[in-house]
Amino acid sequence: MTSVLESLNRGLHAAFAEDERVYLIGEDLLDPYGGAFKVSRGLSTQYPDRVWTSPVSEAAIVGVGAGMALRGLRPVVELMFGDFSTLMADQLINSITKFPAMYNGAAKVPVVIRTPMGGRRGYGPTHSQTLEKLYLGVPGLRVLAPNTLSDPGELLKRAILEQDDPVLFVENKVLYPKAVQTAETLKDFEVEQTQTEFAPVHTLRLKGTPAPVLTLSAYGYIAELTREALTRLAFEHEIFCELVVPTQLAPLPANGALEPALLASLERSGRLLTAEEGTFSLGWGAEQLARAAQHLGNRLQAVRRVAAAEQPIPAARNLEDAALPSVEDIISAAREMV
Amino acid sequence: MRAMSDDAALYKQLATIRHFEQTVLDAFPKGAFYGTTHTYIGQEANAVGVLAHLHEGDIVFSNHRCHGHFLAYGGDARGLFAELMGKATGVCGGIGGSQHLHWKDFYSNGVLGSTAPIAVGAALAEKRKGSQAIVVLFLGDGAMGEGVVYESLNIASLWGAPILFVVENNHIAQTTPTELAMAGSLASRFMAFNIPAAELDSSDVRQTYTAAAHEFANLRSAPGPRALILHTARFGPHSKGDDTRDPAAIEELRATRDPLAIHATRLDAAERTAIDAEIHSTIAAAYAQAEADPLP
Ligand SMILES: Cc1ncc(C[n+]2csc(CCOP(=O)(O)OP(=O)(O)O)c2C)c(N)n1
Ligand SMILES: [Mg+2]
Repeated sequence: MTSVLESLNRGLHAAFAEDERVYLIGEDLLDPYGGAFKVSRGLSTQYPDRVWTSPVSEAAIVGVGAGMALRGLRPVVELMFGDFSTLMADQLINSITKFPAMYNGAAKVPVVIRTPMGGRRGYGPTHSQTLEKLYLGVPGLRVLAPNTLSDPGELLKRAILEQDDPVLFVENKVLYPKAVQTAETLKDFEVEQTQTEFAPVHTLRLKGTPAPVLTLSAYGYIAELTREALTRLAFEHEIFCELVVPTQLAPLPANGALEPALLASLERSGRLLTAEEGTFSLGWGAEQLARAAQHLGNRLQAVRRVAAAEQPIPAARNLEDAALPSVEDIISAAREMV
Repeated sequence: MRAMSDDAALYKQLATIRHFEQTVLDAFPKGAFYGTTHTYIGQEANAVGVLAHLHEGDIVFSNHRCHGHFLAYGGDARGLFAELMGKATGVCGGIGGSQHLHWKDFYSNGVLGSTAPIAVGAALAEKRKGSQAIVVLFLGDGAMGEGVVYESLNIASLWGAPILFVVENNHIAQTTPTELAMAGSLASRFMAFNIPAAELDSSDVRQTYTAAAHEFANLRSAPGPRALILHTARFGPHSKGDDTRDPAAIEELRATRDPLAIHATRLDAAERTAIDAEIHSTIAAAYAQAEADPLP
């Protein structure tokens, strides 16, 4: 098996091997440590000139990456924890994503900012958050969140080498040790892979089950929990669902359109349940639901969201578990909808 | 180098900026422009003296008060007027406005201090590419209050970025005098990071030219960050009609620190009159063209 962490590490190595314009900047990157979560392991040994371990200066390293990107390089900046993205938010919002448009198309800033997000590690209120929703809707920013259904490293490599938008690449921490799925491990599912403008979308249903009565949608690690919920809903409650898993969280289709795979699933099921690890209000799920309502109108029979509680994430295991969405939460929300 | 060492050429650049900016201040109340502006009147010798030393491919990062930097860099007056008017022919097609310009290797942003890491990153990129290009970053005294500037100085020094930090200390940030916003000295801020810092308190373009020549020579022979602190004077309002200073103090600055008056004494009267007339008509023509240009 290949873990998400290994896949991401391979993706970085492949990007470095393929293109000399690729650089990596971040805190504690040097081997043998290789970054706090080890995603960057081996790079400083193999590419000592292009891996720059940095001072603890999130705003400046992101800004330095931006300047390098502006001048033709392909930098990747590693933020040790997504919680610290707030420290570089000005660079991202007022410079990086502004330059291409405000300079009237004459500048590009192809920087990839990688960062782990999420809880379930007991790190407490400031090292466990899922903050990407703060950046969804920033014009000019591509936000990607890999999952286990396709190769995360390949997605990362393509984000670095094959597109020119600034990217926030969100890696859920709990996803790192999970296995990247294969045809064999997904053998119970019918899997359809479609494509947004840049990244894959997966639609899953259990083989040989009746027409779906509910569409589940989730991204990143929560897509794992939702897949488990889908299976249990079928076997334990005879509620048959489809699961739609996007990889690109932003930008969304223009003019308020729904992601086509999600629309297609909703045409079949008429019900939408979203699950996310960000806090409940004003989040990713709310946007999906609004789009679904706009496009399906009264054909949409029920909607619901599962998300994190609106409170700081406690360090104690039982309290942390209670604050974050679980398989049980998804199952009980689904049961209330059909 | 843009061969600007002779007095007439320097004067021409000073006068271009002055006349451009005066036109902006005069026309704003008439509704000719939309949005905001920050004029460079009184500080012209800084941009002219420093940017005269640029080579092709060198990079400039500027701030909200960027018109003078842009014109001294070689930017087009009509394009800048048009940008301020929100016209399709503007430097950035009317999208950026007064504070957000990009042309060739010139970039400006109105978010104070935010350009510091980006300029350092650009300098490091050029160093890695082996292009020999260097970066000039203009900062005001007010921008020195931003934390990201210090992160950037640290990184510039650690990683040997070929960059010249030019601080234009006009002793005021919007309405706040520097004494109310800055503890310690400007030079020591750079020296703490092992960045050599030169200081000049002058409005004489020959002096800024010479001080900058020294910095550029050093930067080109031993690439690494350097700082040039230029104590200077802002004659006009921060933006428009928002000067809270004592008018007598401004009069005093105008009488003693005017880069045009100081430098004009080196030209003979007839030559100066001829240059003034030429600049007046060039700027008037640029303004008229921009006015006639289409909306985006
Ligand atoms: C981050 C940020 N904070 C506040 C402002 C509003 N603002 C614009 S110019 C200015 C004062 C700038 O002073 P200084 O850096 O000394 O430049 P000067 O205007 O004197 O040329 C302020 C506070 C801004 N543009 N950016
Ligand atoms: Mg100032």
